[in-house]
Amino acid sequence: MKKFKLKKIDNKKKTFLYIFMIVVIYAIVMALTSAGIINRYYNGILITVCINLILVVSLNLTTGYLGQLTLGHAGFMAIGAYAAAYFSKTFMTIPQPFSFIIALLIGGVMAMIAGLIIGVPALRLKGDYLAIITLGFGEVIKTILLSMAIIGGAKGYIGIPRVTTFTSAYVFVIITIVFVCLLIKSRHGRAIISISEDEIASEASGINIVKYKIMAFAFAAFFAGIAGGIYAHYMGIIEPKTFGFNKSIEILVMVVLGGMGSINGAVIATIAITILPEMLRSLSQYRTLMYAVTLIGVMLYKYDPRVQVLMCKAKMFCAKINPFKRKEAK
Amino acid sequence: MLKVNNLKVNYGMIEAIKDVSFEINQGEIIALIGANGAGKTTIMHAISGLIKPVSGSIMLNGQDITKIQAHEIVRKHLIQVPERRRVFASQSVEENLQLGAFTRKDKVEIAKDMEMVYARFPRLKERYKQLAGTLSGGEQQMLAMGRALMSKPEILILDEPSMGLAPLLVAEIFSIIKDINKSGTTVLLVEQNAKMALKIADRAYVLETGNIVVTGTGEELINSDEIKKAYLGG
Ligand SMILES: Nc1ncnc2c1ncn2[C@@H]1O[C@H](COP(=O)(O)OP(=O)(O)OP(=O)(O)O)[C@@H](O)[C@H]1O
Ligand SMILES: [Mg+2]
Repeated sequence: MKKFKLKKIDNKKKTFLYIFMIVVIYAIVMALTSAGIINRYYNGILITVCINLILVVSLNLTTGYLGQLTLGHAGFMAIGAYAAAYFSKTFMTIPQPFSFIIALLIGGVMAMIAGLIIGVPALRLKGDYLAIITLGFGEVIKTILLSMAIIGGAKGYIGIPRVTTFTSAYVFVIITIVFVCLLIKSRHGRAIISISEDEIASEASGINIVKYKIMAFAFAAFFAGIAGGIYAHYMGIIEPKTFGFNKSIEILVMVVLGGMGSINGAVIATIAITILPEMLRSLSQYRTLMYAVTLIGVMLYKYDPRVQVLMCKAKMFCAKINPFKRKEAK
Repeated sequence: MLKVNNLKVNYGMIEAIKDVSFEINQGEIIALIGANGAGKTTIMHAISGLIKPVSGSIMLNGQDITKIQAHEIVRKHLIQVPERRRVFASQSVEENLQLGAFTRKDKVEIAKDMEMVYARFPRLKERYKQLAGTLSGGEQQMLAMGRALMSKPEILILDEPSMGLAPLLVAEIFSIIKDINKSGTTVLLVEQNAKMALKIADRAYVLETGNIVVTGTGEELINSDEIKKAYLGG
């Protein structure tokens, strides 16, 4: 009993530490902005980091925790972006920030519906059909958007109110991370992780694997949709080609580099991969090449014992600083 | 209690189970023995709902469960300990046991059953924090059995519990199976280790390439010349 209490206080402390960090990071960014050190350019990078964080943390749910490879995450982002933008442009009279929030939610829900439409049949099948189906889905969405003149087609959809600020993007990052962490820590999260480890054992323990696969997949699509909405309202103009296969792979690379199924790792990888190419502008044409090399490298060396030892150490370090960690001694 | 009638299971074009019928009564230990590839695991999977048979029926307490999904069958207290244990390697012993109780909500009862499992397998208690993947083969078998017990089985089906274990540990596992049976759980046991299985079984069925070829009490089979030759090493 005593031990149990101790653990609670411990967790509380860590949660407090995290809230403190969230506030401090926000305060620093705000202070630097008002001091003029963070200019429009840096502000843009920060918002891009936020958008990518939402995408990566949500993809981590399906690919990291659930263990299902999906290659069309940008497709859900596209649906969210266009749905949110369409709403904002149609209902210009609704005052901000309500209009923005409703637009984002609509984007998220539309993406989630798309997720259910392709996830329900794909996830019922045993075997790895999801990768192929999501790959096709991403390309189909892009093609459909290209052909739809009322939302701009290939020329792009313009005149979206540019209401995304660092603050709003940051708030949604926090919401996404907290949601995913709480989900993973819950009984549902345990089911999701168990499915990734062994489907037969999960079923034999009474876990409805189809239900949980669809659940994780739909939530991931929802947050990708939100990220799309934030992106649309940051850029003011969106084009179908932004949401192609390359974007999906970019998100996947960040999840894989972050060590699949680790939120801290995903956050670090996202920040690094988003900021590095900006700093090394001259290398930006090699971006996709670098992603390919990174992915191949990860696949090749994943089972190398030296790398595994390193990863283990990194995981242990991450676990130490994670307030939501699952494996807590009782 | 459990009645399998004219079961037929295919993997694509391959006929794994051709026409199998057998029956388990409440409180019995039934052994299903047969060589590699005879179809033992396939039958276990069909009973647990993990694969759907082509034809035939599986009746549990008078209800046909052939069309019921695997996770629903668990709620009917028919629990399988799968072949090769299949513990959740990256989760701790305790977390594995909690997952066994996934279908249950009664916290107090779950805690009691956890104590019961730890009493039956003291080695698991010593290692409750250890990751399941780092347990020895024998300990993993105990964990897989403990996890199944956490689902409150009325019928427990065990797929080759002795696989890859040293003789001493095999004896220990079998005596635990007998204990579990004595405390009221019906047991269906699949084994290659025919000698051990027949010793504790009330009745047994011998499976050969998708068909049941011999049946009798454990004692009868252990003394039959045919069985001795084929499965007990002369
Ligand atoms: N997923 C599958 N796809 C195709 N064939 C399969 C599959 N699983 C099993 N089989 C085939 O079905 C037959 C029965 O296999 P099963 O695993 O039930 O045998 P078993 O009696 O459990 O053998 P063992 O003692 O080696 O575990 C074998 O011929 C096997 O090759
Ligand atoms: Mg087998």
